[in-house]
Formats: sequence, structure tokens, C-alpha cells
Amino acid sequence: MSFIRKPKIDLPGQLKNSIGLLKRDYEGPLSTLCAGCGHDSITAAIVQAFWELSIPPEKVIKLSGIGCSSKTPAYFMSGSHGFNSVHGRMPSVATGAQAGNRDLICIGVSGDGDSLSIGFGQFGHAVRRNVNMLYIIENNGVYGLTKGQFSAAADKGSKSKKGDINQWKNIDAVSTAISMGGSFVARSFSGDRDQLVTLIKAGVKHPGCAIVDVVSPCVTFNNHDGSTKSYTYTRDHYHPASQTDFIEPANEILVSYEEGESKVIELHDGSKLLLRKTGNGYDATDRSRVMRYLEQKRAQGEVVTGLLYINAELPEMHQIYRTSQKPMKDLAFEELNPGSEALAQLQARMR
Amino acid sequence: MSETRVNDFVLKIGTVNGTGSASANGLLLKAMFRMGIPVTGKNLFPSNIQGLPTWYGIRANHKGYMSRSKQVDIMVAMNAQTYQKDLENVTPGGYLIYDSTWPRERQLNRHDITVLGVPLAKLCNENFSDARVRILMKNIAYVGVLTALLNLDTKVLRSLIEETFAKKPKLIESNLKAINLGFDYAKANFTCPLPIHAETMGDNSGHIMIDGNSAAGLGCLYAGATVGAWYPITPSTSMMDAFKAYCKKYRIDRETGQKNYVIVQAEDELAAAGMVLGANWVGARAFTPTSGPDISLMSEFIGFAYYAEIPSVFFDVQRVGPSTGMPTRTQQCDIMMCAFASHGDTQHPLLLPANPYECFEMAVGAFDLSERLQTPIFVLSDLDIGMNDWMIPELKWDDSYRPDRGKVLNSDDVEQLEKFFRYLDVDGDGIAARTLPGENQKGAYFVRGSGHNKHGMYTESSTEYKDLVDRLLVKWKTARSLVPKPVLKSAEQETPIGIIAYGSSDGAVMEALDVLRDKGIHADYLRIRAYPFNGEVTAFIENHETVFVVEQNRDAQMRSLLTLENTIDGRKLVPVLHYSGMPIPSQCVVEGLCEHLCVEDVA
Repeated sequence: MSFIRKPKIDLPGQLKNSIGLLKRDYEGPLSTLCAGCGHDSITAAIVQAFWELSIPPEKVIKLSGIGCSSKTPAYFMSGSHGFNSVHGRMPSVATGAQAGNRDLICIGVSGDGDSLSIGFGQFGHAVRRNVNMLYIIENNGVYGLTKGQFSAAADKGSKSKKGDINQWKNIDAVSTAISMGGSFVARSFSGDRDQLVTLIKAGVKHPGCAIVDVVSPCVTFNNHDGSTKSYTYTRDHYHPASQTDFIEPANEILVSYEEGESKVIELHDGSKLLLRKTGNGYDATDRSRVMRYLEQKRAQGEVVTGLLYINAELPEMHQIYRTSQKPMKDLAFEELNPGSEALAQLQARMR
Repeated sequence: MSETRVNDFVLKIGTVNGTGSASANGLLLKAMFRMGIPVTGKNLFPSNIQGLPTWYGIRANHKGYMSRSKQVDIMVAMNAQTYQKDLENVTPGGYLIYDSTWPRERQLNRHDITVLGVPLAKLCNENFSDARVRILMKNIAYVGVLTALLNLDTKVLRSLIEETFAKKPKLIESNLKAINLGFDYAKANFTCPLPIHAETMGDNSGHIMIDGNSAAGLGCLYAGATVGAWYPITPSTSMMDAFKAYCKKYRIDRETGQKNYVIVQAEDELAAAGMVLGANWVGARAFTPTSGPDISLMSEFIGFAYYAEIPSVFFDVQRVGPSTGMPTRTQQCDIMMCAFASHGDTQHPLLLPANPYECFEMAVGAFDLSERLQTPIFVLSDLDIGMNDWMIPELKWDDSYRPDRGKVLNSDDVEQLEKFFRYLDVDGDGIAARTLPGENQKGAYFVRGSGHNKHGMYTESSTEYKDLVDRLLVKWKTARSLVPKPVLKSAEQETPIGIIAYGSSDGAVMEALDVLRDKGIHADYLRIRAYPFNGEVTAFIENHETVFVVEQNRDAQMRSLLTLENTIDGRKLVPVLHYSGMPIPSQCVVEGLCEHLCVEDVA
């Protein structure tokens, strides 16, 4: 039995969000991942972010591929439809789902194995099409379910639990996504709850494909000395490049920021992203400088986090296609079928 | 002097790929069609964009035989590269027309045919100045030559040209000029018409000319499909081209310019399948047009859709395999693969259209079946049906038709339930109700390709696993009663001989039945239109001593499928196979039966 029902206990004084839901309404059954797994922290951050955003769970679809990361959509938001697809193919299912119903809020959870090896193509094309979704890569640099092989995200020179040294240069999801024309690319750490929750909220609200690469240590196979994806290593080399605040339209009045101190990005629903300057001159809207900065920090072995690149103006898939605002699945048959008379007219030209 | 033969001939035109001969050939086909003569046009083309030889064959037959004939009565050899071969292929008593601007007497040394030289290039060079126009008009000029030789109706031809170039009047003039060049030359130099020629026999009203891919694309439009995800592959590409063209015509909001469809050209075939599943999962009708090699690639998702029970429609326009095979040649070679695509115990319903008419009908039916059964449905067409020009009865549409969306519970339905369980078979037909995302938390469920139980939960329990896959067998039984029934054509007298065929082999069998009858061999004919087989198929086999199974593949795939499905003595089923990549001719069926029956006589 791998499915464990989590008892729902009402505690006095629990907060409700603006649609009257408790945080537990965004939870799922108990996780079956290893105790201490970074992925469970990400699950908790997703729950927190969606609860704070007061998104009705039934409006959300959660999709995944194959691997430890891809099990997690079963562990949050029981009230949302879920789709645990095949290896590396989550992005295509998400693209189809968004094509069929553009009103759904789509969250895709993948891993470094799922997205950077077999799914590298589909990952790239979801970014390229700018499919409106939050795309989280739970990145632990290792294959957990098959017991500890290096993934394509493992850093060159890092050590496996069995003592092998990785010979291959890693594929970096962040710089890959930016170079492919991504509109929202962020990196975070499963151990930094506050930053992660903010980035998830910003990603959900971003009108396009929001990539959030989350370093998420594997406690069982990649948390030893010599690993560059362990809790210790990540904490020691953790380097927030920018600090982002997410402000919902209703809360704007509560936030004060001085002109020149921050850069404000306004999203289509009126919410704002406040990119606070951290003193290093980092500008998440300047693509070429961002790429240069990331390359410098990579050479120094730093794990750069935060909202690393954003362009909220890039059109998402439906804007490019000029699709009807009404979701495809809600179009009445009468709107779709030209009828017998049109068929007769059409055939007059086939003679 | 050969005997007179009216409205019963094969005209073949050999040209170079990319020289614009398609419109000239189309004119010839449509002219005969409008003269009321049953016609079919078949392309024989290379896997190439420009420069290689290509042929177009038109069969005119007053009896309405549609299959490919091996006969070549009139050959138009426009390609110097293939003169020799084209010459060899003319049936004794036939005619070869060639461009005599460059005489090649030494090459044209056949005494059992008539060779007619027309200086087409010379005529066009003298009358047209632009180099590209000269090449194009050379093709139109041979239409003029054939108009005179075959006695085609010049008025029909003129109106065809006027309709084709209605928006470009200048082209009407030049095309008519080219027609006349050829026409006048033929009239002046040859005895017209030839003994083999055409005569008006009606107007073919109530019929149209269309290819299967266009008809299937039109079917998707009429079925209310909104999402098409695809990856280009010959010979299925023109199906999505057609769907797109029809969508542009009928699915764009005139006021807003917004589209009531989404067509995604996927990054690869696997992604196309994933998109089809994703869109169907959220409640949009979605499909992909493809061919055999890509079904191989999509197989993982197909198995997923079977096990997780997601509606999805796959059009496989079959081409010659295995592997890359011969992309521009036809076969019926994906029967087995599609019936069982993907690992584990999987099986999928197949629809088998025999012509463009059924491509349209079955496209609509495929979406209904897929949503009713919540499973992938394959429509198995082939290159012959998909890319060739067929004469079919006009397509009909019943405006009272509404799609069968199957068992979908809406938000209110779900509220009535104490609890919703995705895979619970309440009705006993093996089909459980589904819900759509975006509506009600209570209807939320988790789709997974891993083991799951009737409640939709993950499981590794043997009992729960078996419970679910056994229910899928109940659903399979339901499918039997829902798929299209076979079509029976009984012989004029009682006979122990039966023929089974499907898809594009139909034309060859229909023609062969007449030939065989004239030889004293009577056979009942059952055309299978779907898998799983229903009771009629079993009964037909039981009621005949010998059943010939005609199909276009090497391994007798349908025959194998029959022996798997039924408690049938396989020895009763005699394979008649044609797998050269060319459409099956009726001679193959006649010979197949005669050979076997004679052997039996001797024994």
C-alpha cells in the first residue's frame, strides 16, 4: 500500500484565504518519498503559494512525467485533476490540455532526468511555444528511483554515492531556457521556502511558460560529500542574484517601494513583480547581461537563484495562434459544424 | 486496326516531378468525369521534390470499376528519362504519344503499338515567350492533343479552364491557346478520334471527385474536432493541410478574427500524440493524422491512453514498411501494429474505410466511438485512398447529428454523487464515467499509467490490477457491438466460396467478382469495416468452406487477426496477397482464387 490517507484535522484559529479555503484544502495524501526529500518541501511551497493566491483547486491541472519528482502531483491539491504521463512527455500533454482549455491553470512538475534527458526536446518546445504554465524542475542531479545514477544535470567532477566521478558537463536548465527564448526563468532551492513560494506565485501569474528550476537535494543518493546538489553544498554556494516580491492588485497599497530602488513588472491581471536591486546591478530583463552573469557565476561554482530572466511581453501560444478566448472544449457544436448546406456548396467545386 | 473501345481505357502520363503537370492531369480527369464517365486518377510519384519521374494514371470505365488496372492503352511520354520504359509498358494495340520536337525513331521501335509524335516543345516555343510558361503550357498542350484523340468534350474543357482561372483571366487565354495548339495539331495530322476513346454518357450528377485525406480532414471538421496535433509525414500530410484549409474557411470568427481551432505542428511524433491525449483529457475533440513509422513512435502514449482510458483518434494513412520503407507507395501493412500498439496487454478498435466517402463518415464515427469507449481509435486508410482522386457519391450531412461525448459527468452530476470514482463500472458495459478538469473538485481524479484500481488510486494489489484490466475486456466486448458492421455482397447463387477484404482492396475484389462469375466461379464477398469483429464476420466464415482473405501486405495480417479473434479453423482462410506497393489490381484477386481452386480440383 503506497497510498496513505492523511487525516484532516480542523485546528482552531486556522486562516482562510479570500475564497474561504484552508491551507489543508490545497494538500494531498501523504507523500511516499524518502523522509527529508527536497521534493516534499517544494510540494509544501506549492500548497502555500496556491493557497495564498486563492486559486480554486478545481481550476488547476497538475501534470508530470516519470521519476521521483513526477510522483509529487499526487501529494498536493487533491481537488485538482492530475495527469502523471510518460517519461519526458509532460510538456506535450500540458500543451494539448492548454490547447483544449486555455482557462485552466497548469502546473507541470518534472525532474532533471525527465526534462533534461529524454524530455529535453519537449522541455525546449514548451519554452519555445511559451505555453501558459508553471513548469517546475525538481533538480537533484541524480536518478533516485533507479538508485543513484548521475543525471544530465549533475556537475562535472561531482561524486556519486558509490564513488564514481561524473565526467560530463552538466546541462543547465536555466541558461538553456533563456537561450531558447524563455519568457520567465527562475532558480530556487527547496530549502528556501520564502523565495520559492514567491517564485511559484509569480510563475503562476506569468502569462506564458514559467520555468522554475529548483535545486532539491536527494537525501538518499545525492547528499554526501563531493556532491554539488547536497543540502550542505547548496547552502554554502547559495547566491541570490535578485530578490522578487509578488504583489497582488489588492495588496499593492500595503507595499511601499522607492523609485529607482526596484524594477516593477506588471502582469496581465494587474499583479506586479517587484524586482529589488540587490546591489550587484542585476537586471532580470536584460537577456545578454543575464547570460553573461550566469556564466561568470557558474565558473565560480555559485548556485545563482531568484527570478533570473523575465519578459512578460512575449506572446504565449494562444496569442500567437489567435485562438478564441472561449476554451475549445466549451465551443458549442453549432459553432464548429458548418452544416449540410455548406457541405453541398463546398462539393459543388469538387465536380 | 484495333477494335473500337468506348469509355473503357487507361491513360497514363509520364512527366517530371515539379513541372506542373498536376493541373493538366486534373483537367483531363475532370473533363471525363463531367462527361459522365466513371473515372479514377492515381499518382505514382517519387519521394522527391523536383526532378524525378512521376506518372499519373487515369482509368475510365463505364462499368464503374475503380481499382488500378495493369493495362496502359494510351501513354503520354513527356519525360525523356523514361521514354524507353514508358514505351515498353504500353499494352499491345495501344498508343504512345511523345514530344517529337526531338525525334527518336531508333528508340521507338515497337510494331504492336501506334506511336504518335507531337512537337509540343516546338509549338509552345513558337507561341509563348516566357521560359516557365513554355514548360507549363507544354503540359496543357498535351491535354489539347488528347482532347482531339480521345474525343473529349471541348465545351466541358473550356468551362473547366474558365472556372479554374476565374480570378486570373489572362491565364484563361493562354491555357485555351495551348489547348488549341495541341488540338489543332492532332486534328491535322492524325485520324481523330482514336478507336479507343470517350463518349459522353451522362454528367455524373450526385457524385464528386475527392481524395481520402481531404475527405477525412473534412470529417474531422464536421465531427467538431478542435485540436489537431501533428508531425508531417507522407502520405498523411495532406490530411492536415485539408483540415487547416477547411478551418480557415469555416472556423474563423468573422468579427474578431479569432480561431475556433488549434493546430499544433508538434516537435515530433511523440509530442503530437501527447497533445492529442492532453486535449481530449480536458474535453476537446483532438486527433492526429500520421502514418506507420509514426505509430511506432507514438506507441507508448497509445498504451497509456488505453490503460488510463483517454479518448484519442489516430489516422494512419498507411504506406509501405517496414522501417522508412517506400514512403510514396501504398500497403495495408499496419493492421497488426495498430490493433495491438504498445507494450503489455493492449488492443484497439480499428476503422477501415474503403474510399474517401468512408474516410469522411468514419472520421466522424471515430470521434464518437473514441469518446463513447474512452480509448484510442485508429482510422486505417492508405496512400491509395488518401492521395489519389476518387469518384464517390456526394457526401451527405444530417443536421440533426450531435456528437456522442460518451459518459461525461458535469459539475451537477458529480454533486449528486456521494463520491466520484473514475474507474467504477456502474452500468456493466465496461465503461466508467469521466469528469473534465476545471469544473468540480469533487470530480477530480488522477490519470496515471501506473497500476490503478477502480477508484482511480495507485495500486500494486494483484486483485485490484486484475479487476481493472478484466473490466477493459468487458469494454472490448461492448466495442464489438458499436463498431461499423461489415458489408455483404452475395453471389447470384449459393456458393461455398467466400472472399473477405477491407479498405482499398475493395475495388479490385468488386471487379474480380464479375470476372470470376464470367468464368463460372461464384463467391460471396464480405468487406470488413472494423476491428473488433462482430458476429457477422464469424458467421460468414462459418458458412463458407473456403474463404479467401484479400489484403495488401506480405504477412496476411488480417487473416492472422481473424484466426486470433474467432474460434476459426485457420486452414479455411486462404490468403490472397499483394504487396508490391502499387494498388492491388483485380487480376491479383482473380489469379489468387483460380490458382487455389484449380489446385483443389486436381487434388
